Amino acid sequence: FLAGFGSLMQDVLWCFSQVKGTIDAGVTESDIISTVEFNHTGELLATGDKGGRVVIFQREQESKNQPHRRGEYNVYSTFQSHEPEFDYLKSLEIEEKINKIRWLPQQNAAYFLLSTNDKTVKLWKVSERDKRPEGYNLKDEDGRLRDPSMITVLRVPVLRPMDLMVEATPRRVFANAHTYHINSISVNSDYETYMSADDLRINLWNFEITNQSFNIVDIKPANMEELTEVITAAEFHPHHCNTFVYSSSKGTIRLCDMRTAALCDRHAKFFEEPEDPSNRSFFSEIISSISDVKFSHSGRYIMTRDYLTVKVWDLNMENRPIETYQVHDYLRSKLCSLYENDCIFDKFECVWNGSDSVIMTGSYNNFFRMFDRNTKRDVTLEAARENSKPRAILKPRKVCVGGKRRKDEISVDSLDFSKKILHTAWHPSENIIAVAATNNLYIFQDKVN
Amino acid sequence: MAAPLGTGAFTEETGQEKQDTQEKDKAISPERAEEAKLKAKYPKLGQKPGGSDFLMKRLQKGQKYFDSGDYNMAKAKMKNKQLPSAGPDKNLVTGDHIPTPQDLPQRKSSLVTSKLAG
Repeated sequence: FLAGFGSLMQDVLWCFSQVKGTIDAGVTESDIISTVEFNHTGELLATGDKGGRVVIFQREQESKNQPHRRGEYNVYSTFQSHEPEFDYLKSLEIEEKINKIRWLPQQNAAYFLLSTNDKTVKLWKVSERDKRPEGYNLKDEDGRLRDPSMITVLRVPVLRPMDLMVEATPRRVFANAHTYHINSISVNSDYETYMSADDLRINLWNFEITNQSFNIVDIKPANMEELTEVITAAEFHPHHCNTFVYSSSKGTIRLCDMRTAALCDRHAKFFEEPEDPSNRSFFSEIISSISDVKFSHSGRYIMTRDYLTVKVWDLNMENRPIETYQVHDYLRSKLCSLYENDCIFDKFECVWNGSDSVIMTGSYNNFFRMFDRNTKRDVTLEAARENSKPRAILKPRKVCVGGKRRKDEISVDSLDFSKKILHTAWHPSENIIAVAATNNLYIFQDKVN
Repeated sequence: MAAPLGTGAFTEETGQEKQDTQEKDKAISPERAEEAKLKAKYPKLGQKPGGSDFLMKRLQKGQKYFDSGDYNMAKAKMKNKQLPSAGPDKNLVTGDHIPTPQDLPQRKSSLVTSKLAG
């Protein structure tokens, strides 16, 4: 396991492995990838898109014939998870876009995942069928009913092998529990419950029960005009089933303990970095809004992403983060135009590697950034078709901030803000990452010597 | 050959603080300069930037209005006039334009298989 290697690990060389999706000139809106998630073993990789579809890739078994090629991800199953809806009562258009996918740990031969759009969470079962029964008594092989009076002999149907078929079936639909838009779902470590969070409320569900959920956080003010902050993300602690955190648009994180009260409006811990009031500007609150919060695998730390930085917090220290990493500080002098084109509201996600030693997040121009917490070194890489030769090593990229631009640097003004990497995922134990670049999914791996 | 990693973007608390005060002494911070630019373009921009306006807009996402009564009344009034051709501003929570069925975008589910699976 990588845990012990952390401080001794050589610099990782990232190589192109695969890219999924097409190179169309124009991007169809529904093809835009909206979430990416590995399952707990890393065998499966799921993506959700704006068109409400889920595509699951499965890693092929490593073959002894090609030891230099680590298992590639191939399509395993694809299905339409959510459809567009219109709530006539509220005159509300409900997008089919998949906001989040979360896998359940595997407990039998089938795979289970939760997928959610703005309003409805669904539990999907993905299972394989490689045998089918033949020799029914009451119907023939085409399925047509046989005339019972013509049946003279009774037979026992037998199972015969068939071509592998992967089926996805919706097993539970958890609907009508959110007035506002769901931004997060998180499976609890008890594997019996999960939570769904919208802008103002968080609900706790039992996987078996779809017609009831417990409200555990409610920050809706009595008078909506007094609304000052919304919930932006929420997650359960990886080991303690009573503990969860949620982040806000004001840059704060609250940790709650479900043992203290049924309604966790009073936090157990409150994480906030003190702000220098003289530094305050019109943009301060907007860029401090946390777009993602993730527990480390160890459960000791949380990582938050706001517009310009990624921060690591120690659960035992509420008054400031222990580490702050600049993702693209050069954008600070572009905030005016980023506000005008709405980019300032982009919600970037962040991820930990398996050993919690490296963190990764996306940026613009199809750049993504990795920060090594031990060596304090960072790298900027690009997800681009030009770097798509098999096993091609990714060259680090650099943004030039004014002054002389070197040959292979790119200036801030040349960055393409329509190419944003909001969603990335890191394999739970290996150096394999999945990066969603609009409508394409890139898979990168570290170099195998 | 190992690809060189960039110099740390890691920030030490005390170091950053010193740098900030030095910057303040020297020139207006980039954020403040951007704020001035924005205020120059939109002088009426609200006093509480991170407050209710943004949040209300966020909570109202997806809101569309169609009232068949209003629509038919407007149609009757407009019988002799030309209907406005421009679509409504889809960001408006409520507008002075009465939406018509034609204005609401067509909602079709994507029955096409994802291109990632191709």
